[in-house]
This record gives sequence, structure tokens and C-alpha cells, in this order.
Amino acid sequence: MKILKIVARNARRHLLRTSLTVIGLAIAVMSFAVIRTFVLAWYSQADATSPNRLIVINKVSLGFSLPLSYYGKIAGLEGVTGISWAQWFGGHYVDESNFFPQFAVDQNSYLELYPEFIVKESEMEAFRQQRNAAIVGRKLADRFGWSTGDKIQLVGTIYPGDWDFLIAGIYDGETELIDESQFIFRWDYIDETMKQESPARSGYVGSFVVQIEDPSQSAVMCDRIDALFANSSYESLSQTEKAFQLSFVAMGRSLVTGTEVISILVIGIILLVLTNTMAMTARERISEYAVMKTLGFRPFHIVGQILGESLLLATIGGLLGLGLTMLLTPIIALALGTFFPIFKVAPVTLVLGFLAAILVGFFAALFPGIKAVRTSIVDGLRIID
Amino acid sequence: MAQELVLVENVDKSYWRDSLEIPVLRDITLKIKTGDFLALMGPSGSGKTTLLNMIAGIDRPSSGTIRVGDVNVSSLSESALAGWRSSTIGFVFQFYNLMPVLNAFENVELPLLLTKLNKKERRKQVETALGIVGLEDRMKHYPNQLSGGQEQRVAIARAVVTDPELILADEPTGDLDKVSAEEIMVLLSRLNKEFDKTIVMVTHDPRAAEKAGTQLHLDKGELHTE
Ligand SMILES: Nc1ncnc2c1ncn2[C@@H]1O[C@H](COP(=O)(O)OP(=O)(O)O)[C@@H](O)[C@H]1O
Ligand SMILES: [Mg+2]
Repeated sequence: MKILKIVARNARRHLLRTSLTVIGLAIAVMSFAVIRTFVLAWYSQADATSPNRLIVINKVSLGFSLPLSYYGKIAGLEGVTGISWAQWFGGHYVDESNFFPQFAVDQNSYLELYPEFIVKESEMEAFRQQRNAAIVGRKLADRFGWSTGDKIQLVGTIYPGDWDFLIAGIYDGETELIDESQFIFRWDYIDETMKQESPARSGYVGSFVVQIEDPSQSAVMCDRIDALFANSSYESLSQTEKAFQLSFVAMGRSLVTGTEVISILVIGIILLVLTNTMAMTARERISEYAVMKTLGFRPFHIVGQILGESLLLATIGGLLGLGLTMLLTPIIALALGTFFPIFKVAPVTLVLGFLAAILVGFFAALFPGIKAVRTSIVDGLRIID
Repeated sequence: MAQELVLVENVDKSYWRDSLEIPVLRDITLKIKTGDFLALMGPSGSGKTTLLNMIAGIDRPSSGTIRVGDVNVSSLSESALAGWRSSTIGFVFQFYNLMPVLNAFENVELPLLLTKLNKKERRKQVETALGIVGLEDRMKHYPNQLSGGQEQRVAIARAVVTDPELILADEPTGDLDKVSAEEIMVLLSRLNKEFDKTIVMVTHDPRAAEKAGTQLHLDKGELHTE
């Protein structure tokens, strides 16, 4: 149809203004998509959890420990099908800025409870053979160029000193969601050292991982476990693994919410920018619309032109923005390193970004369109008089 | 006797600025026969454009009636008026008012997009209209590549391309040099004589008015015959 030709040619009349508007749209859509990707990555930290795992920690806070002797009591509860423990190590590799999670765990039971961490049997064997052996995530190994058999050293903070490790194996996550940046080593390594250096710290663990038979009973199981240690000097707090992860995520929640609000605001601002562009455009062409109306063209032809141009700019800007997003996210993911298990643009984000652009295009045309239709032919023609 | 094509009866027109009434035309009665070439003259602000616009159905009288052919223009709805205008009226503006993004051919084709004609039929009609105004060789030119006189000839081609009964021209030579104005007047007389078009033309220019068969004067909202 000829009207489309007019729309396309009109869009090129003020190339600078059009280009700036399109670039603005692209940046807005990109910000929206990148921010949403960031937020999803943030929450995805809690998505990789298993519903039949409970985490038991000290009721006071995560910084306090529980006696290893709780192991037998929890294991004896009906409905418990597995139990292991872990201790946060909190050291660093070479430089303090090299952050990644390090857990001291029981070499026999821990990875049994985490079947999503896939380790070769021979490497598991090596892990069980040597006290200072460690199993590391694929991403982490790639980041530092480690391979099986390498000897590396971590600097302890909670457990002071230099700690030597042998990389016994590398695990792969079963799915993309699995964090491949963990450093897992043997709890008895630190415990044996503590026995010699500060005996009072020996025999304690940061958390127990408890596998239960029936996930629907998790609340009941949590209560039962905590009841075992009520009124003792080490009271416990049990929760599902998901709740436990979310409590970390929640620490940054207001930050995340703030970021989400900004992404919406950005879309709002670009709506104003495009509305302004379309209002200027429609005002400049008011006499052209009057001529078209004189020739017998109807309001929908006029609105069609304005809407068409607005949607054209929005579509180009939107696609450009999503293209930039696809280019940018791998770079951001690289820069964020192992901070998020995954940092990828979800298809839904692309759809929402494009939809946002289209909506902006639609609403930007609304008021200029209504105004153009409402302006009488006579008034439209008098503009140039 | 040729029959009446346009009948303006007891038309009053006022504009309203805020609550202030600005009377523009008072009790205008006017008959235009098929085949007439009427020049509407009068000082600036006397209401010539307003009268022409009301005949074209792009403005409405405050009271009184306007008929064109069998149609009571002043009683039609906006959308009915739009349809009626596209088939009945050819309008020529003082400032040509071509679409700057369309070339001469496309500008002339524009009114035909509202008809059922196919591409080939449209092309034939556009070429005929551009032939009449002598611009077959400028079809691909954009308005900014044409002189004022040429632009106005394209505008006249656009006005006649649908073969309307009535051509309304608002100071068609008002913005042109003498030579171009003369060419436009020759063209309009040809449309009147050769193609039997009824023409109502608003003009300041006495020499332009001479080409018309009838001259009417508007002054302070009232109509005077010569
Ligand atoms: N849309 C309008 N609103 C208010 N006043 C108008 C409008 N159109 C015309 N007028 C007034 O009506 C009078 C006649 O205008 P017009 O018909 O354009 O005169 P002419 O074409 O003879 O110069 C002028 O005083 C003009 O200011
Ligand atoms: Mg006038």
C-alpha cells in the first residue's frame, strides 16, 4: 500500500532526529533487557536447589557452628534418608579479589547428596584417598587454568595460614543452573589441623545437609530437627535449601528491586522521548494531513501514518536494542566472572523487550494521532497561511 | 439553459474566538451553473476562502444551506463529506500543498488511492492528467525539484485526476510570478472550455479574474455582482 511508502519516506525526513530517537529507544530496550537478565540471574541462584534437601545451621546465625555430634541424632530421625555436613572456608587464591565459594565437606557423604555435581568415579576415588584433595567446578578450573593433578594454595582467613591443595577432580553441573564455581575439599583436612593448632575449634561444622524422604513433609522435618536441640547451647535452625538460598538472595533484594524500577523508568522516559518526536512530527505535517483530508482521506489514514511511523521507529529501536543486548551480555557475563551461576538472556526477556518497544511505539502515537484527527481541515490549512 | 450546480442559500458564517463571535459572511446567496467559470474577488479577510471552503465541504455554515448537484452539503456527516469530496471536488490551494515525500506522479495518484482503480488504470489516469498540465516529462520530480508554476500545475493535475464536476481554486496564482500565473490561467480556462469543468476561483488579481466568465465581489461579508 502507498500509505506505507509515505510512512517510510516520512521517517527519513529528519534523519538526525529520527536516528537519535531510534538510538535512545535501542539503549532503553537494551537497559531493560540487561537489567532483567541481571535480576533473573540473581534469583536463579535459588533455582538450582533440591526440594528434598534441608539445611541445618546454628539458630544464632550462619557465622556460628554446630557440633558434629548432632550428626547421629539427625540421622536417627524417621524420614531422613541422608545426611552430610559442610563448613564455609572463606579463603582466597593468590589475591583477595579472587572470590569463589569454598566448602570443607565430608568426602564420603557430601557429593552423594548433590548428584547434580557430576564427578568421574576415578576422581572421587582420588578425593577420598588424600586428605588435601579438592574437587572444583568446571568454570572455576577454566578461570584459573587448573587441571586435575595441579597443586594450588589458598590463603585462609577464618582458618589462618596457607593451605595446600591437590586438585583431585573437576565437576560439571548437570544443568546450566548448577553453580560450577565451587571449590570443594575435605573437612577432615581443616579439622585435623585445628586439633593441633586450636583444639577448641575442632569438631564443629557450619551446616548439615539433610536429605529427607518426602519433600512435602519438609516443614515437619525442620521442626523435628530443631526440637532435638531446643534449649541446648547450640540451638539449630532448619530450612529447605531453597529458603536457605533465598535468604542470601534476599539480602540484596532492595537493590534488585531498585534496579528493576530503574528499568521500568527507562522505558517510561523513552516513551516521553518518542511521544515528543511524534508530536513534533505530527505538528509539522498538520497541513499535509489537512490536504489529505481535503482529498477525502479518513481519520484512520492519518492516524495510520502517525502510528505507522511511530511503530517503525519503535521496531527498529527495539530490534537494535535487543541486538545490542545479545552482544553485550556475554561481555557482562565475562566481567561478572563466577558471581552468577548463569548470566544469559532469557527468551522471555527478548519478547518483553520487544513488546515494551512496540507498546512505547503505540502510546507515543496516541496523543499526536488524536490531535491530528481532531484538528479541523480549515485550521490545518491555516497553519501555513 | 444550463442547470445549477452550486446553490448557496442564505448562508451566515461566524467564527468563535473564546466567547467572542466574529461574523465573517452574512446572508450569502449564490447560484453557480454547470460550466461556469466564476471569479470570487474581494479584499483580504472578506471571507472568500471561507465561502470556498464551505462549498468544498471542509467548513460548515453557521446557518443556511449549500447544495452541490443533488447533495445538501451542509447536512452531510464528516465521513460522508470525505467520500463526497473525493469524487466531486477538485481543490487547488494557493501554496500548492503537494506532499513533499511524493514525486509528481505519486502526488497526482494520491486521490486515486481512494478509488477502486487498479495500478494500471491509475497510471493511465495520472499520465492523462499530467499530460493536460504539460508535465509528462516531470513525473519523477519531487516538489522541491519543481518551480512554483510547475508545482501548481501538478496540484491542478491532482485536482482533475478524479474527473470531478467542480474545481475550487483558492488564489491559485497568488504566489506565482506573472508568467507562471498566466500559464495557470490559460490552463484553468482550458479546463473550463475544453473539459467543461465548472470552476470557482478566488483571486485578488484583476487580470486573472478577466479570464473567468463571471466575477463576484465579496466585501465585509456581503456579496456584490459586478
Ligand atoms: N478558523 C478561523 N477562526 C477564526 N477566524 C477565522 C477563521 N478562518 C477565517 N477567519 C476569519 O474570517 C475572516 C475571513 O477569512 P478568509 O475567509 O480567510 O478571508 P479571505 O480568504 O477573503 O482573505 C478573517 O477575518 C479571518 O481572520
Ligand atoms: Mg483567503
